Amino acid sequence: MKDKIAEKFLMVVAFSAILTLALISFFIFQQGLPLIFKAGLHNIFSTHWAPTRGHFGILSMIVGSIMVTAGALIIGVSFGLACTIFLSEFSSGTIQKTLKPIIELLAGIPSVVYGFMGIVILVPFVRTHFGGPGFSVLTASIILGIMILPTIVSISYDSLRAVPKTYREGSFALGATKWQTVVMLLIPAARSGIIAGIILGMGRAIGETMAVIMIAGNALKIPHSILDSVRTLTSTIALELGYATGDHRAALFACGSFLFIIIVILNIIAIRFKGKE
Amino acid sequence: MAKISIRNLNLFYKNFQALKNINLDVTENEILGIIGPANSGKSSLLRAINRLIELDGATITGEILLDGKNIMELPINDLRRRIGLIFAIPIVLPGSIYKNLTYGPKLHKKLSRRELDDIVYRALNAANLWDEVKDRLKDSAATLSGGQQQRLCIARTLAMEPEVIMMDEPCSGLDPISTAKIEATMLELKKRYTFILVTNNTKQAARVADKTAFFLSGELIEIDRTEKLFTSPREKRTNDYISGRFG
Amino acid sequence: MTFRVGPRTNQIIAYTALLIMTVITIFVLFFIIGFILKNGLGQVSLKFLTERTTDMGKAGGIFPSILGTLFVTLLAIIIAAPIGVGSAVYLVEYTKAGFVRRIISFGADCLNGVPSIIFGLFGFIFFVITLNFGWSVLSGGLTLAVMILPTIIRTSEEAIKTVPRAYREISYSLGGGKLDTILKVVLPTALPGILTGVILGIGRAIGETAAVIFTAGSSLGLPTSIFSSTRTLAVHFYILAREGISMPKAYATATVLIIIILLINFIAYRLVHRFIARYY
Repeated sequence: MKDKIAEKFLMVVAFSAILTLALISFFIFQQGLPLIFKAGLHNIFSTHWAPTRGHFGILSMIVGSIMVTAGALIIGVSFGLACTIFLSEFSSGTIQKTLKPIIELLAGIPSVVYGFMGIVILVPFVRTHFGGPGFSVLTASIILGIMILPTIVSISYDSLRAVPKTYREGSFALGATKWQTVVMLLIPAARSGIIAGIILGMGRAIGETMAVIMIAGNALKIPHSILDSVRTLTSTIALELGYATGDHRAALFACGSFLFIIIVILNIIAIRFKGKE
Repeated sequence: MAKISIRNLNLFYKNFQALKNINLDVTENEILGIIGPANSGKSSLLRAINRLIELDGATITGEILLDGKNIMELPINDLRRRIGLIFAIPIVLPGSIYKNLTYGPKLHKKLSRRELDDIVYRALNAANLWDEVKDRLKDSAATLSGGQQQRLCIARTLAMEPEVIMMDEPCSGLDPISTAKIEATMLELKKRYTFILVTNNTKQAARVADKTAFFLSGELIEIDRTEKLFTSPREKRTNDYISGRFG
Repeated sequence: MTFRVGPRTNQIIAYTALLIMTVITIFVLFFIIGFILKNGLGQVSLKFLTERTTDMGKAGGIFPSILGTLFVTLLAIIIAAPIGVGSAVYLVEYTKAGFVRRIISFGADCLNGVPSIIFGLFGFIFFVITLNFGWSVLSGGLTLAVMILPTIIRTSEEAIKTVPRAYREISYSLGGGKLDTILKVVLPTALPGILTGVILGIGRAIGETAAVIFTAGSSLGLPTSIFSSTRTLAVHFYILAREGISMPKAYATATVLIIIILLINFIAYRLVHRFIARYY
């Protein structure tokens, strides 16, 4: 009897995660979708953003988000995979045990701290050495790249470690070097997990807000070079939500709806890949 | 009347039949030895008797009677309290020796500190472990040696004041001295309890069991007084197994 | 004539490249921590920690923000921890592989990937506006609770899964019911792992900005009830830095944040290792 009540109670509790997810999607879409239908896709997919005067063009922000995310992936994936492979294949147990938590610590540092480091170190550096305002696609990409690195490392490390030891031994027995084994055998074998890690990192980059606001410059135009200032979907929401009302607020929720859809799709893809292991 | 009677028992895991039409009586205050090669259904039988098998998703036909009552009609927790099971590998619960012993009794009734102390003393004493651990009851149970851990597991079962104690190869991981201690404990305890002892070691059955049953591929081949089964078995397969000419 | 690099040379080049990239990554982390601490430690004093904030943050201490962070985080944990652990127990102990487990896992995974600004939007429209809690400790705490829920579910689930099946069987064979077994054997055994998840959740909540700035607000007053608007440390730091109010105060606030995060990660790390040492 006691057991039965406990089971029913726990079941209700367990559904809270999926329930909140449903609640979140409901409220974001309920606030955002009507405006998308009212304004029309033509209006939404333009570059003219003046939401208090009926112009809801978010194209430059979408382009901004894509550019910043792509840049972040270049940095995050290359350094992330390098760390993963180095840790998993080229270092001893002690080094792994020391370095892994250090890299995980990167994930614990608040995003505002990353943004701040961008302002005080990277922005002036980019301004003096590459030109432009310093608040740019490049700056944001580097900072975001560092921020998504731990996500990529932790997931791809696990999948690389999950490749049976016998594979490695078999490959060495055939005279392959460690590096050849990594490239020809281990990476293909751990492919699904690595892709899942990269996709989740991508989701992190698209969704990151505070750090990007602090270092991307937030100019409302499509950037022409990586040294140009840029504004993302997330920055627009955070910059304007504080004072927006009416259709303006709805437009921000429309941005949120786009973002939410992208994130859910990325998550589903990542879960699929992870499930393949 | 038999303490436990098994009537036409069949046991199925998904597509595999682990026990085939078993009929068997266990007499009170005796040790029933069950021998047979791996996968002959011995462990499944024990897990069926205290209904642990339900966790594995197996299905059963036929009946198992405890004191003439169908076990499916008894409250499950009560049944498991009355029929203790000791596993092949001694697994102590995390926590102290004391906590391991009081875990079971506390599940069933509220007991005072004094009563618990008394239960711990009697259980350890009966399992021949009291002298070795009396000064370290608060120590982690994991600090005991393998043989001591197995006797702690026996004590843990005794603390429940069961009626039947089932043992699933209780000495498979132990050295001969620890094994001898456990066998001595069993012989002493059978005055008060009924034992079912599953063992891979035919000599162990010969040493302690009153009756012995031989299982093969889920079937009960033969059951008899131990000295009879080991000296003049009726079945050729039994003879082959006990004389080591088998699998 | 083409020059072919042998596999040995190739390996040396690759190894060197990987090593350099790993060293750079580690260096970045130490640089961030070192840089903040170097510029901020000198500004942190007992006075800074215990004084009210004055002049929009140009002067005074960060006491209201410390209190605000504490309240919001505490509320988030009080709500998220039982729900998260309960969900994990249900997932591991009560569901078999199948639809129910898949849908709950999917919910947790998806929620885990949702960016904090979306939680901010949701908390703003649902808790602040619809439920009319306003910008408050309550709205902020609830929003953070939703945000850290998946972290707690996932880590607790892993911890509960590592509890040996034999422990459960012993408990059952001693006559324990399912609930007894979970409460007295499974959860105590999995406790270090569960605590790790809870502590990591606390870390995420403390460092969060986007989800709290639109739900808890940014008032510098001392929070006196769960309906007070408050400014957490991370939000305070963000405002100081972005609006250029005071660099010394920004560094000092960042130092406090970094030290808290380092402590939390250290505790979580120690717990994980105690847990691993026990079972592997």
